[in-house]
Amino acid sequence: MLLGLLTPTQGQIRILGEDMVRNRHRVLERLNFSSPYVDLPKRLSVRENLNVYARLYGVLDGRARIAALTEDFALGAFLAKPYGDLSSGQKTRVLLAKALLNKPTVLLMDEPTASLDPETADWVRARLETYQAQTGATYFLASHNMAEVERLCDDVLMMRAGALVDQGSPTQLIERHGRRDMEEVFLAVARGETAKFQQSTTPS
Amino acid sequence: MTAYGRISALILRYLYLLRSSWPRLIEMLYWPIMQMIIWGFISRHLASSSVWVASAAGVFIAAVLLWDVLFRAQISFSLSFLEEVWSRNLATLFISPLRPHELVAALISISLIRTLVGIIPAALLAIPLYHYSIFELGLPLLAFFVNLLVLGWAIGLFVIALLLRFGQGAESLCWVTIFMMAPISAIYYPVDILPDWLQTIAWMAPPAYVFEGMRAVMFEGVFRFDLFVGAIALNLVYLVLGGCAFLYSFHVARRRGLLLNVGE
Repeated sequence: MLLGLLTPTQGQIRILGEDMVRNRHRVLERLNFSSPYVDLPKRLSVRENLNVYARLYGVLDGRARIAALTEDFALGAFLAKPYGDLSSGQKTRVLLAKALLNKPTVLLMDEPTASLDPETADWVRARLETYQAQTGATYFLASHNMAEVERLCDDVLMMRAGALVDQGSPTQLIERHGRRDMEEVFLAVARGETAKFQQSTTPS
Repeated sequence: MTAYGRISALILRYLYLLRSSWPRLIEMLYWPIMQMIIWGFISRHLASSSVWVASAAGVFIAAVLLWDVLFRAQISFSLSFLEEVWSRNLATLFISPLRPHELVAALISISLIRTLVGIIPAALLAIPLYHYSIFELGLPLLAFFVNLLVLGWAIGLFVIALLLRFGQGAESLCWVTIFMMAPISAIYYPVDILPDWLQTIAWMAPPAYVFEGMRAVMFEGVFRFDLFVGAIALNLVYLVLGGCAFLYSFHVARRRGLLLNVGE
């Protein structure tokens, strides 16, 4: 819905000051998205896929940008391989590289480190932190991995059964719920143990 | 960034796909050549017993090649879209700045390329095999070619509208839709051989105008401007209707979230 693939039945979505229902094409050049649940053409090589998407996003020096991302995400070993032949972890890295092609101001990610081993997941998070530090980009992240949320997010929206139940920084949420970490906060919210906090925590 | 840049990016994506798959490339050449060879022999056989066929050598070869233009234009257009469905790439495409009409422009361009790649070798091969060159039709050939291409794209728009709405369950429409039109297209026989009620329907189909026009050129040596205008007018109507069907289907797909779910 945030990217305009699904039209909202009510309400309004504004990203970078633009109405995403009416003027999504004004901001899509400055947005990007990564998710292991969407795909790229499997028969095309990694290089071909990145080349096509660099052109779709109007990246000016596509070749240099692809070279830089290839280095950042260590894609060199499988740049010439068909995307469909890659492992899940390699695909996730390619999808993240694709998501950073246009140097997005806002990056939406759905479970960005799903199916990655802990070491690679940590490595990817470090790269995302570096990109954020270099560009000041905003990340909008959907994740069930609370360690990831704790590390990457400044502001967390906790949802349960499609409804917003709490909001705050990881530190605020941990304190407010009297837990040790975000994992415990998540479990408390998921198990409906948050009622006692509702009066004081429901965001305006 | 320009629309041209995005359209050329998608064309490049389809060319990469062709380059990576020899079976796809061979198939593009195989069917038109096979059809031409079979109809060439049929023509040779009938020419010895039919004055009608003998008076315009190559009429069946020209007909089968032109019919293949329509078929190739439609199938190339629809299949290129289906490639996006198969590879679950539609959602990724539409969260990029690509707009629906730019996707259509890319599909039209790749359809033109694939049609030419499929038809030209078959047309050239007919010259040494059957001593018939479709290029002898001259400028009228261009008129027939363009009209059939445009109709192929219009039907392709209807097909991808249905693919967006019903997903892969509707993929066989890519192959069968065009043949629903074949009996009334007057490809190998004139329209007036059809029952009266079917003739009325045939004159709503642009190919009937094209193939009657082709026979007028081959048998009478005249270019029927009335048939040409009729084909153009009908094609414009179908193209607009096809475009509307696609845009409506895209709108519904966004409302229902189908763009995320279309795929394997």
